[in-house]
Amino acid sequence: MSLNVSDLKVSRGGLPVLEGISFSLPAGRALILRGPNGIGKTTLLRCIAGLQPPLAGVIAGGDEQIAYAAHSDGLKPALTVAENLAFWASVFGAASIEPALEAYNLTQLRDRPAGALSAGQKRRLGLSRMLVTGRAIWVMDEPTVSLDRDSVALFADAVRGHLATGGAALIATHIDLGLDADVLDVGPYKAKPLALDDFDGGFL
Amino acid sequence: MIALLMRDLRLAVRAGGGFGLGLAFFLIVTVMVPFSVGPESDLLSRIAPGVLWLGALLSCLLSLDRLLALDWEDGSLDLLATAPLPLEAVVSVKALAHWITTGLPLVLAAPLLGVLLNLPVEGFKWVVISLLLGTPALSVIGTFGAALTVGLKRGGLLLSLLVMPLYVPTLIFGAEAARRGALGMGVETPLLMLAGISAAVIALMPFASAAVLRINLR
Repeated sequence: MSLNVSDLKVSRGGLPVLEGISFSLPAGRALILRGPNGIGKTTLLRCIAGLQPPLAGVIAGGDEQIAYAAHSDGLKPALTVAENLAFWASVFGAASIEPALEAYNLTQLRDRPAGALSAGQKRRLGLSRMLVTGRAIWVMDEPTVSLDRDSVALFADAVRGHLATGGAALIATHIDLGLDADVLDVGPYKAKPLALDDFDGGFL
Repeated sequence: MIALLMRDLRLAVRAGGGFGLGLAFFLIVTVMVPFSVGPESDLLSRIAPGVLWLGALLSCLLSLDRLLALDWEDGSLDLLATAPLPLEAVVSVKALAHWITTGLPLVLAAPLLGVLLNLPVEGFKWVVISLLLGTPALSVIGTFGAALTVGLKRGGLLLSLLVMPLYVPTLIFGAEAARRGALGMGVETPLLMLAGISAAVIALMPFASAAVLRINLR
């Protein structure tokens, strides 16, 4: 299992934002994406997660292997913590939600409606979803937003545990997680502006 | 898939889930019609099947903009799209959950409301049967409309305009079957057409819905 991305070009709203991205992510490794706001990190991650097609380039090795965590956690405020997690567990075919609850210190909150959680608790619940997916490659977009220092440590532990069992992680973040990870700064890969005669391409 | 269905049903009956919205609207429409038409029970009983069908269709329309928009807003649609479920299954299950929470209650309420509209006795059976055959089509077509407009803030207007023409054949044959049934005429032709429409959209529409959803999620 290894994710190979070669010469990837991604677009947002019809305009190319990043081009020429290539990297290889073998099992047991993490790759941290960095870059200024608006450079296209989220677009790149959505593309790798399969939510949008690339303009050019190849993504290999990611089929049915990727668990994606977006900016929003996809929680239902009317369901309890356990119900929210159990739903994703049964979608991904996981047997139990207990390890995931324990890893993020959510056991005490299990019967609390997700709507009554704080922002950091919601995020922890969102991140615990990754543990029930059973998928090898975690693709995460700013996972540490609204987490306190202890929770960031919980998250780093979870990622370390995942890498130790042969997983891989692709994380866009600006926080130092204390992981032994490679860093890819996407800033230099900013796509060149379109030439005018290419303009129609934006509507396809 | 069953997990998704159970989640949607659970969400619908919990606080703020919107279960009963369509039913309440159906009740309001059919209760108000006799007041606006006036005390003419003959006229009322003639238009009763059509009014029931129109009420059911509008109640269905009312609940459509929540169908996928809520999942889109909280990000779970993105996560579902990357889950092992095919998107065609997701939209089919969503349509089924919508039918169970909106269409089925309308079918069950229709005979009660038929009394208020002085529906002829022979008509009750055919109103229920035609609604039972037709409301699944309304849910499935509605899911397609919801998939088209997902991501648009306040997309309700566009959704109604897009879905309305697609609802017309279902309404024509459904209301015709109920009307003929109420008058004691043969109902086979409109009923078969209605069943055909439902079967076709249930078979084909999920592919269209999933395709437009994929484009909208980009």
